[in-house]
Amino acid sequence: MATKKDSRVEVKKTYKLFINGAFPRSESGRVFEVTAKNGDFIANPALASRKDLRDAVTAARAAQSGWSKATAYNRGQILYRIAEMLEGRADQFESEIALTSQITSAKAKALVSEAIDRWVWYAGWSDKLQAVSGATNPVSGPFFNFSISEPQGVVAIASSDSFLEFIDAIAAAVVSGNTSVVLVPGSLAVPAMSFAEVLATSDLPAGVINILTGSLDELAPWAASHMDIDGFDISGVAKKKHGALKEAGAENLKRIHSFGSGKTPARILAFMESKTVWHSVGV
Amino acid sequence: MTFEYAPAPESRSIVSIKPKYGHFINGSFVAGKKHFPTINPATEEILSHIALGGVSDVDKAVMAAQKAYTKTWSKLSGKERGKYLYRIARILQERAREFAVLETLDNGKPIRETRDIDIPLVAAHFFYHAGWADKLDYAGLGHSPKAYGVAGQIIPWNFPLLMLAWKVAPALATGNTVVLKPAETTSLTALLFAEVCQQAELPDGVVNIVTGDGSTGSAIVNHPGIHKIAFTGSTEVGKKIARAIASTDKKATLELGGKGANIVFDDAPVDETVEGIVNGIFFNQGHVCCAGSRLIVQESIAEEIIEKLKVRMAKIRVGDPLDKNTDLGAINSKEQLIKIKELSAIGDAEGATRWSPQCNLSDKGFWFAPTIFTGVTQANRIAQEEIFGPVLSVLTFRTPQEAMDKANNTPFGLSAGVWSEKGSRIFWASQHLKAGVIWANTFNKFDPASPFGGYKESGWGREGGKHGLAAYLKNGKETGAK
Amino acid sequence: MSFYGLVDGSEKSLIQFLDQLSGVDQVGAEARAAMLATRSIKTTSKKWAIETAISMVDLTTLEGADTPGKVRALCSKAVRPDPTDPTVPSVGAICVYNDMVAIARTHLDAIGGKHVPVAAVSTAFPSGRASMEVKIQDTQDAIDAGAAEIDMVIDRGAFLAGKYGLVFDEIVKIREVCGDKAHLKVIFETGELVTYDNVRKASYLAMLAGADFIKTSTGKVAPAATPPVVLVMLEAVRDFYSITQRRIGVKPAGGIRTTKDAIKQLVLVNETAGPEWLTPELFRIGASALLNDLLMQRMKMSDGYYASPNYVTID
Repeated sequence: MATKKDSRVEVKKTYKLFINGAFPRSESGRVFEVTAKNGDFIANPALASRKDLRDAVTAARAAQSGWSKATAYNRGQILYRIAEMLEGRADQFESEIALTSQITSAKAKALVSEAIDRWVWYAGWSDKLQAVSGATNPVSGPFFNFSISEPQGVVAIASSDSFLEFIDAIAAAVVSGNTSVVLVPGSLAVPAMSFAEVLATSDLPAGVINILTGSLDELAPWAASHMDIDGFDISGVAKKKHGALKEAGAENLKRIHSFGSGKTPARILAFMESKTVWHSVGV
Repeated sequence: MTFEYAPAPESRSIVSIKPKYGHFINGSFVAGKKHFPTINPATEEILSHIALGGVSDVDKAVMAAQKAYTKTWSKLSGKERGKYLYRIARILQERAREFAVLETLDNGKPIRETRDIDIPLVAAHFFYHAGWADKLDYAGLGHSPKAYGVAGQIIPWNFPLLMLAWKVAPALATGNTVVLKPAETTSLTALLFAEVCQQAELPDGVVNIVTGDGSTGSAIVNHPGIHKIAFTGSTEVGKKIARAIASTDKKATLELGGKGANIVFDDAPVDETVEGIVNGIFFNQGHVCCAGSRLIVQESIAEEIIEKLKVRMAKIRVGDPLDKNTDLGAINSKEQLIKIKELSAIGDAEGATRWSPQCNLSDKGFWFAPTIFTGVTQANRIAQEEIFGPVLSVLTFRTPQEAMDKANNTPFGLSAGVWSEKGSRIFWASQHLKAGVIWANTFNKFDPASPFGGYKESGWGREGGKHGLAAYLKNGKETGAK
Repeated sequence: MSFYGLVDGSEKSLIQFLDQLSGVDQVGAEARAAMLATRSIKTTSKKWAIETAISMVDLTTLEGADTPGKVRALCSKAVRPDPTDPTVPSVGAICVYNDMVAIARTHLDAIGGKHVPVAAVSTAFPSGRASMEVKIQDTQDAIDAGAAEIDMVIDRGAFLAGKYGLVFDEIVKIREVCGDKAHLKVIFETGELVTYDNVRKASYLAMLAGADFIKTSTGKVAPAATPPVVLVMLEAVRDFYSITQRRIGVKPAGGIRTTKDAIKQLVLVNETAGPEWLTPELFRIGASALLNDLLMQRMKMSDGYYASPNYVTID
């Protein structure tokens, strides 16, 4: 693209991965090209490898205990803070999405507003999940019996290339106290890494959300077979490939789910486990 | 060798109190006609003048609330309503210190408590309820539950801003608009809250604040435009309200008085129990409806507990509420101080043994030393009547069942405490106690997610948690009126 | 040995005593400690607290790399913490390994530090894993070299395995070795005991066995002297005094790095055991980096502006 002699030269961004609160390049050194709708070069985001995935899972596992032990109120506040940061950068997300995807500017604007509001919806679930999914159970006998829902642990996400679905999957996974490793397809790489920058400025503890840009075809099978991943949201993977992922996941009985668009607390509960406790009652 | 703490005053320069206030109606401050002074109970200094709302002021407020409901608030999705509440929560967090200092000046409670407990809980209540606004379908209250419209809310002086949060947050989250009357002696933080509503750009008329006295409250209760009433205050006034609405279709929730039993078994964790007893009755100067105002202790350890309690009470720092090291602040008003003194004198007359640690009480302001009465029995008035001050009545029990019987032997039923290291015993006790809130190995713990409210004459309905939403929604579980 | 007339020296008697102790509620204990941490100590009371804290520091070096040079430097610092200000009090004691005791004592005496005692860690510090013979010899060596204070570790393995009699007997023996030449501090290593119930048990066990001081940690294991742990120990010495009329000292060690931390400890003492314990005779703080922070805070209080590490000596 020709530029006028006296127009300002932009400082272009380097796009790396987001692992454990930091921005490393792929250990493989690989990158891939992202272009605008009109074919113009935009960036060379990192092409994540299975070793990056391995490192991301390690980070997510290390962060999980602390994140789940935070109070529900605290998690809700951190997620709301992320929404505040998103809102402040809404324009940037709109232009990045319009630039690198197939949708118009106007649609991108509506999408970003929806995504921010969707994130806020999830933030508000943090301290209400137990009221809705827990119970005290009237067993026959002198026992106090209650059921509570707990996060499963580390949840991998294979995201579609819709920013809204990307947001949905991540929020649903982490609001309850899971930590996550998110695989992001190439066409969403640029806004996904801006999202990583938002996370880095939102008091989110390192390792709670890790973002790997690259090829779902290459990385999803590695996630599916990884024995230290507890749940896997494969909404971004084509249906015909689900079978193979589920077979691989059977080795550690991974909880594997996929969802359509639209919001439901079922998406959150899908990555939680229910625990029931009996306590004798007597003097 | 003695470690005297030097004065550590919190600065009051962060607040700016106007000499006179009006009401907050339809998004703006409007002048009042008559005014009365509001004072700092620690010094008796006049802080400001508050408007005495009359029937016409209440009417204007209700009209504004109705218009806001019909034209604006009911047309907003829960998603958008929630975002207003989130804004309010965040602004409250930003201005937390200012609110804490103002609350301490107006109420007399220690800055440590407003700073560390009241104000953080206020923000938490708005934050929690913001998240319910677009999730009401999941609250177990039926599909698409509907708001009432305008809620009339009357709050007490013991936790002024916190009681405002307990009322306003769920009302707004469920889609109602409000007309709220703060207590006479503590209106300042409610009026400052109106500024927060403005900063949050809350649509005009969604929150209206009319200050005044009992007559203002009656005007709200009796206004035909209000179908839902929420009241926190004395049982006596609660009953008046119940009578007033009996032949109408108005609904009411009532948070009234209590005479909470703090029950200590012989296997209680002793040091933490003593802390819990102190917290139960001396927190907030005992001006707490759910205070643990009766210590019911197992006879076999009564002496040990009382001894330790006295040693601990001697460490309570009574003094300037703005001093960060003060534990016990001023009694909220002259009237309340008189009540406390009267009932304490009755305790003496009934033959109980009074004890207080040595305290240097200022002669300006309203002060009462932390006090315990031992040798109290069920038949004493100080075991039955709510004193609402830093006065603990101590009774004993022999068997677990006796403890339950004594704890339940009261027209009240708001709270109870159970201290034991045996889990089964705790659950057994919680099954037997007729109290809306039971604390085991802790006391005076509040959370927006945890429902609060009483059995029997301690009131109707619950506030907080999923349960608290019901009162503000038409197809929700209805309490109080037909 | 009379053990205050409360136990007869047998494990059975000891266990009976420990079993009737009240439990500690974790949430309640931590809440009490957290509330006391909100005390705001300013102006005159802060000045007093800093001076007092300095005089309570057991200035410590317990490294494999300790040399006579290092120990001598520490001794100078202990006697005159701020070379530019003679009004700064000396610390409470010097704390070293037993083979450094003689060097410390000699140097202290040479520089006008006769009033600063030398404390030696003992009984196979920090692990406590050695035979009784070795532990006794360890202690004897230190006393012979001039240690006036012995900081011994308990056998945590025995404690956690429920062998309370063994733990008790070891303390009794070491107390005998100390005789009237040295006072005995008993280190629990609370980070390994984990529960507050265990800390309370260990406190009573050690006091009955003859401890003069009970101490939280070796400083080699985290968590060390957390406020709730110190709270529980202060409650124990307070209650022990009301039964026996004997005041036992408390020494938190490890993790107390700033003046704020130190002042929080003094507040805990003040409002739990009581002001009688606010003296180096009954309260010490095991620390190394803390001293410089106390000095910098002391400077700020007298100068009125914030200090810099450039103005305090590194040792």
